[in-house]
Amino acid sequence: MRYLPHTDESRKDMLNAIGAKHIDELYTHVPSETLMSEPLSSLPSHMGEMQVESHIKALAEKNTPTSKLPSFLGGGCYHHHIPASVDHLIQRGEFLTTYTPYQPEVSQGTLTYVYEFQNYIARLTGMDIANASMYDGATAVTEAALMAKRLTKRSNVIVYPCVHPDYIDVLKSYSTHSNGTVELGTEPDENTACVIIQSPNYYGLVFDLKELREKCDAVGAKLVVAVTEIVSLGLLPAPEVADIVAGEAQSIGVPMSYGGPHLGFFACKKQYMRQMPGRLCGKTVDADGKEGFVLTLNTREQHIRRDKATSNICTNQGLCALAFSIHLSLLGETGFKTLAQLNHTQACKLADALESIDGVTLKTESFFNEVTASFPISTELLKDELSKHSIIGGIPVGKTLHSMVFCATELTTDEDIAKLKAAIETILSEHSTNGGLSHAV
Amino acid sequence: MPFETELLIHQSVKGRYGVDLPTPEVRNRTGLNARSEIGLPEVSEPQVVRHYTRLSHQNYSIDGNFYPLGSCTMKHNPRLNEKLARLEGFANLHPLQSEEHSQGALELIYQLTDWLKKLSGLPGVTLDPAAGAHGELTGMMMIRKAHEAKGNPRKVVLVPDSAHGTNPATAATCKYTIVTIKTGDDGMVDMDAFNSAIETHGEDIAAFMLTNPSTCGLFEPNVKVIADTLHSIGAYFYCDGANFNAIVGKVKPGDIGVDVMQINLHKTFSTPHGGGGPGSGPVMVTEELVPYLPIPYVEKKEDGTFTLIKENETTIGRIKGFHGQFGMMIRALAYMMSHGADGLQKVAEDAVLNANYILHNLKDDFHVPYPGPCMHECLLTHKKQKENGVTTMDIAKALLDAGFHPMTVYFPLVVDGAMLIEPTETESRETLDGFIEAMKTIAKRAREGDADAFHAQPQTTFRKRLDETRAARKPVLVEEK
Ligand SMILES: Cc1ncc(COP(=O)(O)O)c(C=O)c1O
Repeated sequence: MRYLPHTDESRKDMLNAIGAKHIDELYTHVPSETLMSEPLSSLPSHMGEMQVESHIKALAEKNTPTSKLPSFLGGGCYHHHIPASVDHLIQRGEFLTTYTPYQPEVSQGTLTYVYEFQNYIARLTGMDIANASMYDGATAVTEAALMAKRLTKRSNVIVYPCVHPDYIDVLKSYSTHSNGTVELGTEPDENTACVIIQSPNYYGLVFDLKELREKCDAVGAKLVVAVTEIVSLGLLPAPEVADIVAGEAQSIGVPMSYGGPHLGFFACKKQYMRQMPGRLCGKTVDADGKEGFVLTLNTREQHIRRDKATSNICTNQGLCALAFSIHLSLLGETGFKTLAQLNHTQACKLADALESIDGVTLKTESFFNEVTASFPISTELLKDELSKHSIIGGIPVGKTLHSMVFCATELTTDEDIAKLKAAIETILSEHSTNGGLSHAV
Repeated sequence: MPFETELLIHQSVKGRYGVDLPTPEVRNRTGLNARSEIGLPEVSEPQVVRHYTRLSHQNYSIDGNFYPLGSCTMKHNPRLNEKLARLEGFANLHPLQSEEHSQGALELIYQLTDWLKKLSGLPGVTLDPAAGAHGELTGMMMIRKAHEAKGNPRKVVLVPDSAHGTNPATAATCKYTIVTIKTGDDGMVDMDAFNSAIETHGEDIAAFMLTNPSTCGLFEPNVKVIADTLHSIGAYFYCDGANFNAIVGKVKPGDIGVDVMQINLHKTFSTPHGGGGPGSGPVMVTEELVPYLPIPYVEKKEDGTFTLIKENETTIGRIKGFHGQFGMMIRALAYMMSHGADGLQKVAEDAVLNANYILHNLKDDFHVPYPGPCMHECLLTHKKQKENGVTTMDIAKALLDAGFHPMTVYFPLVVDGAMLIEPTETESRETLDGFIEAMKTIAKRAREGDADAFHAQPQTTFRKRLDETRAARKPVLVEEK
């Protein structure tokens, strides 16, 4: 086995050195009745690099990725271009094959990029501080709700129904196993720990957050703003009225990878620092007075406070945070804003195209890079029909299933949009002549 | 030698950029005024490449040298896995694509599930959890739901004092009260303490969370008795399987009475940690708990195609967005296939052999709290060195100057001045000998009583000893704007 350096001979020598005759002598603590009596015959034996590669390549080839067809899928995971330097740099073994920086003297590389990541997230969100990343957007927003409960000592959470459905589902799963409720879209009161809103929301709509801030202040609830498309922060004003801004940063530097690993982020006001979940990196000096970085405020964490910890998170998304930091550094202030504008402009063109189709109504007047449109046919049908035209449509939404959320990014070309428009027109005309036309409500 | 580099925020020169983008037509249908100043740096591509390359030189890595961090399992990271995770058919696959477009991904998930079932001897698997601790939480939610289904969620979870901190934190997140079970002088669960907790809390006990092999590097000899006792009062046996690499292909947790167990894919099956993550923490369960598995999960249809199940009446619900850390699943499957059933058994044996080899060679120089043999990690303490004013932290910092990453220090908490060493199976005898030599030299220096020199270490690293107290007293988490 190429990953194992020992030969049978060196194994024997080492056993000899220890004073054991057989490897089984090292398993004497393991009660014999718990040891497997037979080897795992139902699984294959080891394979060479060629065989493994061809097996897994064959699986990859059974998929049709969004890079192969025009795609309008968004909904919390976005297809953006990643500059070549990003993957080159994160694949350097000195980044890729390191662990959590427990020994800061030999981990300044990791600690510095984590500190840069914290800075970037804080600045993008308009918050004072940020942590070193969370698993993904859904769990980051859930951690925000848990933090709001700790801060307010209240148990109920209100979430707007236009928040990403996966995020709402995760909030609900966590809440059934801890005290408190998760309610959809009701008015906050004295028992409300926080109100969670997403902007732009799942349907693409952009919110003005000031009114909600006032509602929260009136009853002492925290305001949590969820962001699933971090590129939007290059065009929209920072959600700085929030107490906590949490969400997904996959769009910058991290491939879609069928849903993971992605990059949760978490930022908040400074006064909540000691209640924040997850890892934090702080600046300090070394014995020579040189600037350096360490993991800090560890007393909030599970390995010290154990059952009193602010969260059970240990492993985070280090490498994805690095990819994000490299990509954002390459973009810089102007590049990031330009990227946001590119996304928005393509979405405007997409909206124009959809609006111009007979029978199609645009539902989202103010948007960033996602728009919802309603159709005179079921969008499940529309999706299948688009697929026959070699187009990956948007996400069908709503109870009546006559609406679809479309997303445009900088990778969406004008031709893609023209192709989509033509296909929808053909599909609608076919289905109206077939008598399949029914009007959306 | 590593070079200094300033934070990119401070290298910014207005007008520089590192990505050439087309000039967009300016439109605004957001309903709001465009964003004002963000405060991002403006730097060129060569600057960015140099900055991060310099940062990489300031890091220690498993590619560069031995990384004996106990419990963290730092083993060789094969690049084949990286290559496969980057295949276009995977990297550019959107999680909401139709099943027709994602058959290969669904099949891969199905195949990995099958491997995990066979290795664990447990019939139910979820690949959704994002890391080990997230797997623990998923497992405990399932346990809670199963008890609720029987009419009583119960109140108490038993956790040994030697457990990883995520175990009590997880149980607390699930709103359980933690009752700590002490570790005996032999490093095992103190059976008197266990039995008395069973007597005191009886049917209030939801589960016992036991790391096995334990964080003391030992296999719990009483697992079967523990499992039977728990089952007799209707409680579940949760096994933290973070140390599965010591027993993979040797012991099937399902055979020894484990009801729920998470596996840290990023440890046992070698997916690179990249400075702390990402991870992946699949959970395996018994038939009885299958109804509570989180959604979504993959099933094979009669026609041989694969489908994603997103609804189910009894599930605990969704615990993460989309479908788990798919990229880590690719890497883990490639690793499993490369090893095969035969290789995985060797993985366990070589991991155990290497740890025992270190233990054997250092047992005269360092205090060994629990007699061997150990499993895949060996535990030493600073007891002998402390007499000369040299502590575990001093030994760790001296190792840095000797060119080695230190072992895990001060953990497990039940052992004073603990040093937990995990060599893993991918290290050669020559590497182990080098490490042993370095440790022996440190022990000799400590015997000669040069404590002050130890306190001044490390001297050869990019930064000298960092002031962690100052960082915590006056936290600086971001730069002034
Ligand atoms: C014994 C044990 N349990 C649980 C965990 C938590 O796993 P993760 O860091 O992937 O969340 C770890 C790893 O740190 C561990 O060593």
